Amino acid sequence: MKAAAPSFELFAHDADIGVRGRGATLAEAFARAGLALTAVVTEPAAVRERLTVAIECAAAEPEGLLFEWLNALVFEMATRDWLFARFEVAIEGGRLRARAFGEPVDVARHHPAVEVKGATYTGLRVAREPDGTWLAECVVDV
Amino acid sequence: MDLSLLKRRGEHEWVIEPRGKMRVPGVLFASEALVRAMDHKVYEQVTNVATLPGIRTASMAMPDAHWGYGFAVGGVAAFDPDEGVVSAGGVGFDISCGVRCLHTGLVRSDILARQKELADALFRAIPAGVGSRGRIRLGGDEMDRMLRGGARWAVEKGYGERGDLERIEERGAIGDARPDCVSDRARARMRDEVGTLGSGNHYLEVQEVEEVLDPRAASAFGLRAGDVVLSIHCGSRGFGHQIGTEALKEMLEAGRRHGIDLPDRELACAPVRSKEGARYLGAMRCAINVALANRQVLTHLAREAFASVLPQSDLALLYDVSHNTCKVETHVVDGRPQPVYVHRKGATRAWGPGHPDLPDALRAVGQPVLIGGTMGTCSYVLAGTESGMARSFGSACHGAGRAMSRHQALKQWNGKRVVEELEERGILVRSPSLRGVAEEAPGAYKDVTEVVDATERAGLARRVARLVPMVTVKG
Repeated sequence: MKAAAPSFELFAHDADIGVRGRGATLAEAFARAGLALTAVVTEPAAVRERLTVAIECAAAEPEGLLFEWLNALVFEMATRDWLFARFEVAIEGGRLRARAFGEPVDVARHHPAVEVKGATYTGLRVAREPDGTWLAECVVDV
Repeated sequence: MDLSLLKRRGEHEWVIEPRGKMRVPGVLFASEALVRAMDHKVYEQVTNVATLPGIRTASMAMPDAHWGYGFAVGGVAAFDPDEGVVSAGGVGFDISCGVRCLHTGLVRSDILARQKELADALFRAIPAGVGSRGRIRLGGDEMDRMLRGGARWAVEKGYGERGDLERIEERGAIGDARPDCVSDRARARMRDEVGTLGSGNHYLEVQEVEEVLDPRAASAFGLRAGDVVLSIHCGSRGFGHQIGTEALKEMLEAGRRHGIDLPDRELACAPVRSKEGARYLGAMRCAINVALANRQVLTHLAREAFASVLPQSDLALLYDVSHNTCKVETHVVDGRPQPVYVHRKGATRAWGPGHPDLPDALRAVGQPVLIGGTMGTCSYVLAGTESGMARSFGSACHGAGRAMSRHQALKQWNGKRVVEELEERGILVRSPSLRGVAEEAPGAYKDVTEVVDATERAGLARRVARLVPMVTVKG
């Protein structure tokens, strides 16, 4: 039997790095792409859910929305100095509303490797796979 | 890259003849081995850039070119002020990321006597890595003054000396920076990041001049074998990225409106003479000034750290270069000097001897071109040449370039082991993240010496000195 594909993962793209989330719904795939973004910086399991922030963004099509969502997370991570452990995401008609749970960066515990500077249009893909799973992926610049 | 797609014009010059929508040829400056090793995507990207409106002479790639967003990293392209475009993808996201090199007034034995103390003092003094914050918190008018004033603003605030400024491109601040073009989100990302190193490939390094390769130029640059210098590699932090990301979206829409046909979304551009083009240029120049201010404040912090350990040190600026920029410069195009918008993405400005904007002490030999290597290998100081002015709009390579992704590097190296191995070789590494060190392992990069040799042989710049690391602070 084929092993189940991981719910979130990183993938190599030339010298850069991509984030990928899979889920039963579009919103779940986006939430897990967010976790992959955390994984670029640190081990997501090491991040605690101590604080929460509300995030909203919008775009006409799903790929644009993923671009906006990842960039919104990058902005919150950069300006608050937080890392996120979990996301609750709802998507309706091109509008995304989310709550992100996390905590401030703790260098001793998180050993953060690198800052993510932003999402890009490279490898940007939102698609439904033949088995019905949603896939959300994007190369990010570090 | 498939060599049969190229026409060889010289030992280190390869031409992509115009075809399809290309308005000018593509030119790759590199050795045969480097061209063979280049990804086919570099070919596609150089070709794509050649289709953009108003491009002049050729779409170029430096010897260290590799795949980038839209334009290749190592891409150089100049555009006509009236018919041409400006592209955020042609500048890159870490706007004005660059290298600054300072003399220290010290020699190798001075460092060896206090190497560990110096490494620790620098690591304490330099905010590095994810989540690090600077001493300066900027708001409102002060932020605007920094965005306009760059390193000049920093010197006025007491970070460094007036004499530093003439050794910085644009003498410390690029003109026509427009804070009114900068979004609140970009400002928020910069509020307390002035004077921070950042993460990724950014570093601060104490280096020994291992070998002088051009005695005359080295003498003009004040470099002797055995001297110790300090190099700082960093850029405009999150600010530049925010500007680039916002511009990319805006330019995609602008490009459609102006009827620009793009083979790749990341090539998004707007006419130089358009509202969107002007807005990007105004904001991008603010980001250049952010990077110059940032390196200036870091210089001040490094001076304090050096003074605390080695009071006899005297840190004087050799030069400060930027890699990711678009600048209006005068170059000979179609046989006559004219202004062009030169995009250099992962490429260094390398002005030749006699350029009127170089400081007096450097004018006879050309601009210092600072090439960063890795923490385990070496870096180089080069000098701009007349031939480079004529062939590549006065541009040269910028560094080694990654040979593999961070993901692969992490699988291949252990950060602690990398630090230990370098220490055995006399190189002290200080970093808040061992994972970051593994991702930046020297083996994850290409051979900088091969790149620099090809740059010299292609006539873009000539080698002056080779530097080897003694202390590395990594973000």
